[in-house]
Amino acid sequence: MNRFKDAEHLLRVALVFAVGILAFVIVRAVLVPRSFGEYGHYRGNSIAEIAAQPVVFAGHQACEDCHSDIVALKNKGKHVGVNCEACHGALAKHTEDPGSPQPPKLDTAILCVRCHQVNGARPKSFPQVVAEEHSSGLPCETCHQPHDPLNDAGAKP
Amino acid sequence: MPVQGYMYPDEVELAWSILVVLYPFITGLVAGAFILASLERVFRVEAVKPTYRLALLTALAFLIVAPLPLQLHLGHPERSFEMYLTPHRSSAMAMFGFVYLWYLMAVLVLEIWLDFRRDIVLLSQRTKGLKRFIYRVLTLGSTNISENALRIDERIGYIITVIGIPSAFLLHGYVGFIFGSVKANPWWSSPLMPVVFIFSAMVSGIAVVLLIYMFSSWYRKQKIDMRCVDAIARYLFYTFLIDFSLEMLDLVHRIYEADESFRSLDFMVHTRLYLSQVVIQIYIGTLAPIALLALTQLLKLGQKTRKRIYAVAGSLTLVGIFAMRWNVVIGGQLFSKSFLGYTTYKMGFAAKEGMLSAILLTLLPFAILWVLVKLLPPWPGSEPVVTGGPAPALGDD
Amino acid sequence: MNISRRHFLILLPAAAAAWDCVLAGTPEAAPNYTLTKHWWGMLVDISKCIGCGNCVRACATENGVPDGYFRTWVERYHVSDYDLPNPTVDSPDGGKNGFPPILGAGGKNFFVPKMCNHCADSPCTQVCPVGATFITPDGVVVVDKKYCIGCRYCIQACPYGCRFLNPKTQTAEKCTLCYHRITKGLTTACCEACPTGARQLADLKNPNDPIHAFLRTHSVQVLKPYMATGAKLFYNDLDGSVR
Repeated sequence: MNRFKDAEHLLRVALVFAVGILAFVIVRAVLVPRSFGEYGHYRGNSIAEIAAQPVVFAGHQACEDCHSDIVALKNKGKHVGVNCEACHGALAKHTEDPGSPQPPKLDTAILCVRCHQVNGARPKSFPQVVAEEHSSGLPCETCHQPHDPLNDAGAKP
Repeated sequence: MPVQGYMYPDEVELAWSILVVLYPFITGLVAGAFILASLERVFRVEAVKPTYRLALLTALAFLIVAPLPLQLHLGHPERSFEMYLTPHRSSAMAMFGFVYLWYLMAVLVLEIWLDFRRDIVLLSQRTKGLKRFIYRVLTLGSTNISENALRIDERIGYIITVIGIPSAFLLHGYVGFIFGSVKANPWWSSPLMPVVFIFSAMVSGIAVVLLIYMFSSWYRKQKIDMRCVDAIARYLFYTFLIDFSLEMLDLVHRIYEADESFRSLDFMVHTRLYLSQVVIQIYIGTLAPIALLALTQLLKLGQKTRKRIYAVAGSLTLVGIFAMRWNVVIGGQLFSKSFLGYTTYKMGFAAKEGMLSAILLTLLPFAILWVLVKLLPPWPGSEPVVTGGPAPALGDD
Repeated sequence: MNISRRHFLILLPAAAAAWDCVLAGTPEAAPNYTLTKHWWGMLVDISKCIGCGNCVRACATENGVPDGYFRTWVERYHVSDYDLPNPTVDSPDGGKNGFPPILGAGGKNFFVPKMCNHCADSPCTQVCPVGATFITPDGVVVVDKKYCIGCRYCIQACPYGCRFLNPKTQTAEKCTLCYHRITKGLTTACCEACPTGARQLADLKNPNDPIHAFLRTHSVQVLKPYMATGAKLFYNDLDGSVR
């Protein structure tokens, strides 16, 4: 009995610790997200959340539904592998409501040059020119139809 | 010039700031101060007894502040409790919450409580007002300070200290592992990292207790126990030699193997990191204090001289160990993982992770320590005496 | 069977569309998407990359990547002769607006697109203290930005330097392989925008994916193979000087 009396304060400390641990366990059970651990050490719901991010580029298949004639033209020429939005920019909004926004008119002075200006690091087989000399200042579409660039000059896109 | 050569675009801005430098520095002081305290309790080094209680309170003051630089650094500190909810067992950082809590409650607070319990009970009976309330709460409702009870406290305290030593190593060693296990970063990745961190922690902790003891004795106009500081300085010297040897081993190994990263790191140490690594950490922060302490070990010097040397050596040591943390954390981010370039650390002043925050967080533990020594005076001879007559002055300075 | 030229011209775009579906891995949108049926990766063909920066811009547009930070970027290498350990590398604004021309530079020059390697044994997910970044069952390494505490440990642990802290959300961020697109049968924004087919999404679990034939017939590499990250970003024609 005597020894117990002398160690009683230790029991008080132990009690404080026990209460703390119990509180921790309870709070933890409440706060851990429900879907955590569903697939691994992470919130299972986050996969769906990430997949729900809105799409900004429509993807070339979406263009083909309405613009099949352009696509057919493109597929004949060198730009067959260049997807529509690679030049025309992100257009998911356009597919949802074709009226607005109207896709902006492209400036070939910037656009074509970006890929076809001569650059020592480009693959040698890739068509590249010194733009200023090549066209003597004329816009690219004077001679190149962007959807079928090596075809007749001046043809309407 | 901010970027020299080539950095991956996302590497240009440093991810870990001075606050991440401060955290290992602070926990290092905690671990080191505790190891010094354990010298007396477990290894029966009588000489350092005057600093025993002070070392424990110092450790507590710094430990309380330790999570603050991290919280300030996090993008979402309000989510930091997630480390308690879903700690990722493969991440060394995940153990922070639990190691910290274990060390704080089960080691430090418990040991301090057991060691001061007698004083707490007596003070709860002799003070008034708010102080009385605080002491009464601290007694946890038990006022038994009989010889038997105190002997049990002593026994338990001993066991806690024994457990506390590996706990202190874990508290700071895991920080070393956080860096040492990052294979992506050759400046960090090394099995030596946790060991170097622990030894440099001990060096810094011993130095800080030495300095605080000397300062507080001067401030309280009390005589410094020379046997005590001589012993502390001796341990500082030996530990520093080990720490220095480990760092030299790392350096020599790097130079010898000269792997893919070597030329880039070597260039960095000779240019952007030269001031903080070679000048401040090695010359001023390591070789100078080691040389000064060696003097006190090899020559017979008078008291005044020794005290001055200890004060200077201790201060230089703290500068050196802080520089070591800086060179590890910041240095590890100054070079590109492409080994083709370097960036610059732009530390703001009044920014969230700026120098001002770091300075305030460094001063805060001393403010907390000041409160702690008022509450639980650690000075030898200030323990309340159980007598019938009027109580002597109870360390209320 | 006799296929007239007219029939062929109609079949060709249809075949191309079907081929793209195969490349994307699933024929239709999300409802039919089963996590365990896919294991995503990507193929980058250095011999085709022209450094136009379309991919960098498209990624930024698709994912709202803040200025100055990059989920993908393009590097330009200049290797003079046999000095492989010392290339000259540049990436002006991540290659977002292409590269200035280097006429008559000599040596060997080429572009290297970079992004998250979606490592099967990723060191970045290993170090996350709370489980905010992880690899999905279909092989994409992502960040749960509602759970990330912004400690930046993953950024330090990535050997490829592909992660950053988003200054607006204050969470770690990186390429998600356009998870929101590939689970709907679309390809990634960067692949969509690439004019030369230098980037191709690959579903390693899909037996019809052209990646398998490509891997069998070409020499491919991954970045920093000695790190044993299980990188799933495969490069064709990667020079030894690439870091």
